Amino acid sequence: MRTINQFFSKIREINQRYAKPTVEMSTGVKFSLAVLRIYLFLLVLLMIYKFITVIKVL
Amino acid sequence: MDFFSVLYYRFKKVWKAVRLYLVIAGPGLVVMIADNDAGGITTYAATGAKYGYHLIWFLLLLIPVAYYVQEMTVRLGAVTKRGHAEAIFESFGAFWGWFSLLDLMIVDWLTLVTEFVGMTAALSIFGVPAWLTVILVVLLMSIIVLNGRYWTWEKIALGFCLLNLIYIPAAFMVNPSLSEITSQGLIPNLPGGLNNELFFLLMANIGTTIAPWMLFFQQSSVVDKGLQEKDIKMGKIDTFIGAIITVAIAIFIVIVTGTLLNGAPIDDAATAAKLLMKTNHYVGAFMAVGLFDAGLLGAICISLASSWAFGEIFGWAHSLNTKVKEAPWFYISFFFTLATAGVVPLIPGAPLVLITLFVQVVAVTLLPAALVFLILLLNDKKTMGEYANTRLQNIVSTLIVVSIIILSTMYGVSALFPNLFQ
Repeated sequence: MRTINQFFSKIREINQRYAKPTVEMSTGVKFSLAVLRIYLFLLVLLMIYKFITVIKVL
Repeated sequence: MDFFSVLYYRFKKVWKAVRLYLVIAGPGLVVMIADNDAGGITTYAATGAKYGYHLIWFLLLLIPVAYYVQEMTVRLGAVTKRGHAEAIFESFGAFWGWFSLLDLMIVDWLTLVTEFVGMTAALSIFGVPAWLTVILVVLLMSIIVLNGRYWTWEKIALGFCLLNLIYIPAAFMVNPSLSEITSQGLIPNLPGGLNNELFFLLMANIGTTIAPWMLFFQQSSVVDKGLQEKDIKMGKIDTFIGAIITVAIAIFIVIVTGTLLNGAPIDDAATAAKLLMKTNHYVGAFMAVGLFDAGLLGAICISLASSWAFGEIFGWAHSLNTKVKEAPWFYISFFFTLATAGVVPLIPGAPLVLITLFVQVVAVTLLPAALVFLILLLNDKKTMGEYANTRLQNIVSTLIVVSIIILSTMYGVSALFPNLFQ
C-alpha cells in the first residue's frame, strides 16, 4: 500500500513539475499541437471502430 | 615546405580528425545499424524477393530521410543535455509527456517481442530451441549492460554492428549481375506500376527506416555519452555514416534475395534464410546469423530507450555509467521490459501476427507526435540558440516529416483495414 501511495505521489510530483510548458506558445506551436490532437483523435476513433467491428465478427 | 612535409602535415590533420571521430562515433552508428532490426531485415528480404533489384533506388532515397531526422536528436541532446522524453515533458507539459512516454513503452515492448521472434526463428534454423535463445539473449545483454560503463557498452554494441555487415559477403557469394543491378536498381522505376502491394512494401521500407524508439534512443545516448555542443559536427558525421551503412546493408539484403529468391513468397527473414540454405548453405547461414544479430541489436537499443526515458521522467539515476546499486530502477525497468518481451514468443499460440500488426498501428500514434515535437523543439531559439533549425533545415525536415507522417499513417491504417487501398 505504501509503495502504491509513493508511486502516485511521484506521479503528482511529476505532473506539478511539468505543469507549465516551457516552450514559447507561438501561433505555429499552437497550430501544430491542435493538428496533432485532431490527428490522434481521428486515429483513436479508427481504432475503436476496428475494435468494435472485430468484436462483432467474433 | 617540400612535398613530403605537406603530405605529412595533411596526414596528421586527417588522422587527428579520424581519432576525434572514433572517440565521438557511436550513438549515430549504433542507432542507424540497429534500425535494421529483425522487422527491417524481413522487409528488405521481402522487397528483394518480390521486386528483385528494382527498388534499390528507393532505398537510396532513405539515406537523407534517416539522416535529417536523426541529426536533429544529436543537436537537441548535445545542447539541452536532456533525453527526448524529458524534453517533451518540459517543453510541452505533462499531457504530451505522458502520452509520449506511455506510447513509447507500449511500442517499444511490442517491437521487442518482434525482435525476440526474429532471434528465436533465426537460431531455430541451427537447431537451437526458442527457450535457450531467450535465456542466452537475456544473459548476453546482462553482461553487456551490467559492466557499469557506457563506453564498454557502446564498443560491444559496435561489435554487433560489425556483424551486421555479414550481408555484404553474402551478396558477393550469390554472384549478382552488376549490370542488372545498375540498370534495374539505380534508375527510378515502379515495377508493375503503383499497385497496392508495391505501395505497402514502399511504406514498410519507410516505416522500418524511421521508428519512434530511434529518436528517443539517440538523444538519450548522446546525453549519456556526454557529447557537448562542440561535438555536434562529429555527431552529425557519425549519423550520416550510420545512415549510409544502414541503407547499404539493406541494399545487400535486397541483392541476396533478389538474386536467389526472386519471385518466392517471403513472409519473414527466417523463411528467406531457410530457402537460401537450399540454394547456398553458407548464404542461408549468413542470413540467419544476420537476422539474429539484427534482433539482438534492436533489443539492446529498444530496451535501453525505454529505461532511459523512464529514468529521465521519474528522476532515477539512468546512466550506463552507474552500477546497479546506484541506479536500481534503471536496471530493473531494463530487465523487466526485456524478460517480459522474451517470454511472449515462448507462449504456445501467442498472437504474434497480431502483435506485429499492433506495432505498426501503435507506432503510427507515436511517430508523428515525436517528429512534430522534434521540429518544434529544434525551433525553440531560447533553448537551442545557434543550433536551432535554419530556414533551409526547417524546409527539408518539415517536408520529410510531413511525408513520413502521411505514408506511415497510410501504412498503419492499411494494417488496420487491409482492403482500404485496393
